[in-house]
Amino acid sequence: MGVEGIGARVVRKEDKRFITGKGRYVDDIKLQGMTHAHFVRSPHAHAKVKGIDSSAALKMPGVVAVLTGQQIVDDKVGNLICGWAITSKDGSPMKMGAWPAMAPETVRFVGQAVAVVIADTKNLARDAAEAVVVDYEELPAVADVHAAIKAGAQQLHPEAPGNQVYDWVIGDEGATDAAFAKAANVVKLDVTNNRLAPNAMEPRAAIADYDAAEEHFTLYTTSQNPHVARLVLSAFYNIAPEHKLRVIAPDVGGGFGSKIFIYPEEMVALWASKKVGRPVKWTGDRTEAFLTDAHGRDHVTHAEMAFDANNKITGLKVKTYANFGAYMSLFSSSVPTYLYATLLSGQYNIPAIHAEVIGVYTNTTPVDAYRGAGRPEASYLIERLMETAARQLKVDPAALRRSNFITEFPHQTPVIMAYDVGDFNASLDAAMKAIDYAGFAARKAKAKTEGKLRGIGLSCYIEACGIAPSKAVGSLGAGVGLWESAEVRVNPVGTIEILTGSHSHGQGHETTFCQLVAERLGVPISQVSIVHGDTDKVQFGMGTYGSRSAAVGLTAILKAMEKMESKAKKIAAHALEASEGDIVIENGEFKVAGTDKAIAFPMVALAAYTAHNLPDGMEPGLKESAFYDPTNFTFPAGAYICELEVDAGTGKTSFVNFVAADDFGRLINPMIVEGQVHGGLAQGIGQALLEHAIYDANGQPVTASFMDYSMPRADDLPSFNLSHTTTLCPGNPLGIKGCGEAGAIGASAAVINAITDAIGKNNLEMPATPDRVWRTIHAA
Amino acid sequence: MYQTTYHRASSVDEAASLFAKGTEAKFLAGGQTLLPVMKQRLASPSDVIDLGKIKELQGVELSGDVLTIKAGTTYFDIMQNADVQKAIPAIAYLTSVLGDPAVRYRGTIGGSIANNDPAADYPAALLALGATVKTNKRSISAEDFFQGLFTTALEDGEIITAVSFPVPAKAGYAKMRHPASRFALTAVFVAQTKSGEIRVAATGASQSGVMRVPAIEAALKAKWSPAAIDGVSVSASNLLADIHGTAEYRANLIKVMAQRAVTAAG
Amino acid sequence: MSTVKLTVNGKAVSVDVEDRTLLVQLLRENLNLTGTHVGCDTSQCGACVVHMDGKAVKSCTMLAGQADGANVTTIEGIAKGDELHPMQAAFRDNHGLQCGYCTPGMIMSAIDIVHRHGGGLDEATVRRELEGNICRCTGYHNIVKAVLDAAGRMKVSQAAE
Ligand SMILES: Cc1cc2nc3c(=O)[nH]c(=O)nc-3n(C[C@H](O)[C@H](O)[C@H](O)COP(=O)(O)OP(=O)(O)OC[C@H]3O[C@@H](n4cnc5c(N)ncnc54)[C@H](O)[C@@H]3O)c2cc1C
Ligand code: FES
Ligand code: FES
Repeated sequence: MGVEGIGARVVRKEDKRFITGKGRYVDDIKLQGMTHAHFVRSPHAHAKVKGIDSSAALKMPGVVAVLTGQQIVDDKVGNLICGWAITSKDGSPMKMGAWPAMAPETVRFVGQAVAVVIADTKNLARDAAEAVVVDYEELPAVADVHAAIKAGAQQLHPEAPGNQVYDWVIGDEGATDAAFAKAANVVKLDVTNNRLAPNAMEPRAAIADYDAAEEHFTLYTTSQNPHVARLVLSAFYNIAPEHKLRVIAPDVGGGFGSKIFIYPEEMVALWASKKVGRPVKWTGDRTEAFLTDAHGRDHVTHAEMAFDANNKITGLKVKTYANFGAYMSLFSSSVPTYLYATLLSGQYNIPAIHAEVIGVYTNTTPVDAYRGAGRPEASYLIERLMETAARQLKVDPAALRRSNFITEFPHQTPVIMAYDVGDFNASLDAAMKAIDYAGFAARKAKAKTEGKLRGIGLSCYIEACGIAPSKAVGSLGAGVGLWESAEVRVNPVGTIEILTGSHSHGQGHETTFCQLVAERLGVPISQVSIVHGDTDKVQFGMGTYGSRSAAVGLTAILKAMEKMESKAKKIAAHALEASEGDIVIENGEFKVAGTDKAIAFPMVALAAYTAHNLPDGMEPGLKESAFYDPTNFTFPAGAYICELEVDAGTGKTSFVNFVAADDFGRLINPMIVEGQVHGGLAQGIGQALLEHAIYDANGQPVTASFMDYSMPRADDLPSFNLSHTTTLCPGNPLGIKGCGEAGAIGASAAVINAITDAIGKNNLEMPATPDRVWRTIHAA
Repeated sequence: MYQTTYHRASSVDEAASLFAKGTEAKFLAGGQTLLPVMKQRLASPSDVIDLGKIKELQGVELSGDVLTIKAGTTYFDIMQNADVQKAIPAIAYLTSVLGDPAVRYRGTIGGSIANNDPAADYPAALLALGATVKTNKRSISAEDFFQGLFTTALEDGEIITAVSFPVPAKAGYAKMRHPASRFALTAVFVAQTKSGEIRVAATGASQSGVMRVPAIEAALKAKWSPAAIDGVSVSASNLLADIHGTAEYRANLIKVMAQRAVTAAG
Repeated sequence: MSTVKLTVNGKAVSVDVEDRTLLVQLLRENLNLTGTHVGCDTSQCGACVVHMDGKAVKSCTMLAGQADGANVTTIEGIAKGDELHPMQAAFRDNHGLQCGYCTPGMIMSAIDIVHRHGGGLDEATVRRELEGNICRCTGYHNIVKAVLDAAGRMKVSQAAE
């Protein structure tokens, strides 16, 4: 490893602009003649739109247009799509209701747009939006899965009887039933996985600019995947063909999944910019973020685990109701199915698994992938079950886990996934050592003498990342392939531009991707720049989510680098009058191995472009591209242990220690990896202790601001104690597994297992607010 | 925010006369409540009259057994003030756990009590210490001043000029913070006056705003110790219940916070 | 409309704005100082923190008119030419930022924290003092490290001056 190569803790190249206030986020951009959009949104969870009177609004100062849902439908802008087809157990396709970008007839959640005001300033647009009079006829609303599936419940979409989108199964039911019939012990658990609001700190925003002469649109948007946005806007929403639509995602202030999806606001901005003949800007506020950014999680699950007399797991049965909200968002259907149920084997050898997932509509904000997407739900369920089992079977929770760990790889689980490599004992050992697990009993006893309730909780998670082999996901219903592309452009002076389809919105690609180049060529990272986030610059890409950028995106860069290096070696060999096979790359030079004959990389680049003296038949230039399609998922795994104290008087939790031992395969930049883990842990702990997006029985959101929705703050969290154990991923040449979601996947169960240990009661739902913990302590 | 007209007053009298001229005027002190409310379009004053630069509304005075804090003094200045720290350290502490540092630089005691949020901190201190609210027209006892949720004895256009606190023998404050807003989920201020009277006020708990807690006062009168509160029963009826705390939980918090406040008071 | 005159990052400016204009709008929209961000509507998140007359305030919770006559410093104004402020350098060196959206507000709040506490800062104090600044990316771990690191650097640089 060089000082800037793979494995080095290089400080980030992109930081300078952020720490000096020179970042460029969508809302920072101003275009000539730009107008501003403000949406008229439904205050009702469910209502018929009987009429819209915009006459007063149109007379207000600065108003350019008021556009309605009926107009967008009349103009044949397509309905929003869900890109992953799921088939129910009876063989029928999933049942979906139409989702127009603005509602012409019926609104189905609070915050759904019915019209938009375009005006000269943001304030004037908002002033006028209040003057748009919408005549609603209120309908009864269903606010949660229990209400949605009741007989006689109000129906949301005629296409989906019983408010049911699908009833999907995975695994072998007969084998699972047989395992339960023979079980020595059965452990049962009901869990609710709380609904979360993603809350990237930058609210979503879009600027659309239509060029009438060229019939060309430019969209600046807060997106994790600008190319996917362009594809969907072109192919399904009829905005413009792809070559007439440029999508730019500049600096993006956090995503966590919520900025994967293509939202109505972007569609409307594009459509409106053509209608009004001026650029249209929309910047959401925090309330709109709570109402319209796709939420995460929201499962209600009953699970049972069967054990034999030796405490070996013999079977697992799961039934989950997943709340999708009012419409099926872009990838929503895959989250509680292929991203959740396929991970239900956890780190354990479970011979038989059967899971049923019922997806339902409710009059709430749509739910889709949020950091971890399905995998936190699976991990939380399994790790709560293991803890419950240890308590019920009266064995040490670490020992119970160990005796059921998968130790031989590759391992085929009964739920599709084939784990390629791992060492679960190693991460558990590391975590137990870091927290001094052996000394816990004494610490707990001491705390007791001081009147404190102390607890410890484990969570051994596994996730499937590096999303994903295109053929495999295609066979499971995905509408897209999940490869990645890259291009390496060497300039005549030897500086390098890497174009990538991955998108950085905090992950530090502008640094880590350069580190790969530095590692291979020995050039300083200052000579390399990363180009991303613009469909006019980068040919295509699938974007950043599912911890895929390093394992998939970086591998694509590696492939392109290999092609470029191979050509460069030929040029160097020709110049040095040596054979190509003897050329080695060292410290920015192409050398003839074992001699002092060398040519500097910039000279090779220059030779490629002057083309005065290239090998016969070689094309000039030095630029290569590659597409990389992974052969398997990657399987990051690890062990988290949390030690905490509960204040019996108030139910408040305070952390004593939080250790995380992760196996991410090879680390490109450990500093950045640690940062990803910290952020994930904060979200996992936030889910466990604080966060909950709540609706009342009428579908009115109760938590639509930071005054009511508890975001983790600095004083809610501990410092984290991290370590790594490493098994290299055999699925990609760099051995990378991915690290972006681990913390969010593994942390919640560790916290709840620790609190329930502290208070000596096992039944506790997330978020474990002080009120809820206090009531659990004092419950009969 | 709706259109409005901004005025900067340089004296209390000027502020009062500007107010009288506006159709629906509002005073602006630190703006830490009024501006968020205006931004969300939940208030639409025609005129906003800024009290922030009025010298006579700034400062703290300790004379004998009375600590007077002028209405426009910011939380930060109150916290830092040596007289406050010496005479009633519980007020300095309360202020240090109110809001966040940026809020404390701007927010004022006058704005806080004029607003009378049911989860605000200061009302508990005023009520427990038996403070007097001074306005440009009269003096009002804390008991009479706070009249339920977001309601006070202030008349239209009346300006709070100062709050006077009798210096107590002992006082303490304990706050359970609301996990999202950081206001009081429930907080309790306990005070023992120099004449031996025990006064306990709870905020964040009751459906009708800040309140005295007679049962705890009686228990502490019998014996000034946290343990004395163990046996007290606080009724959950008429207490607030929301997603962050049931009424029973708040009833429990009144006791637990009172005990911790007594410990803090010493 | 009113004319607001103030000093921003050392330069005197005079801007005509509607009375309902917030300080953050004046900075971002009139002065193009887009380093100051907006992350909420309820004055909770701190993305908008700037210094006014040396104190860290939420520029989303002030009318532009309230800043008339004041001296305002934004994230764009704390480096000395090419030399980063020690707090900026500490954020970079400790990986105290990811997406960068909360960062300007964090840095402005953090400088104020160090000014108030000087060398007497510990982890618990930093965490408590940062409660008005929300970050969704970092879990705060490296932000806290950065502030403690900068506190040391700022002491050294003060001593040198
Ligand atoms: C993020 C955040 C956290 C907060 N946390 C807390 C907390 O933990 N505890 C807490 O108690 N509060 C908290 N607050 C509220 C804060 O205390 C406010 O500052 C306070 O409620 C209002 O004081 P102000 O000076 O800012 O008044 P303004 O917002 O300017 O005014 C509030 C009201 O009082 C009126 N008013 C102001 N001054 C006078 C006067 N002298 N005479 C008559 N009327 C007047 C105004 O007309 C207005 O109606 C928080 C606020 C924020 C933004
Ligand atoms: S934008 Fe100012 S506090 Fe959130
Ligand atoms: S770095 Fe993204 S919100 Fe803090």
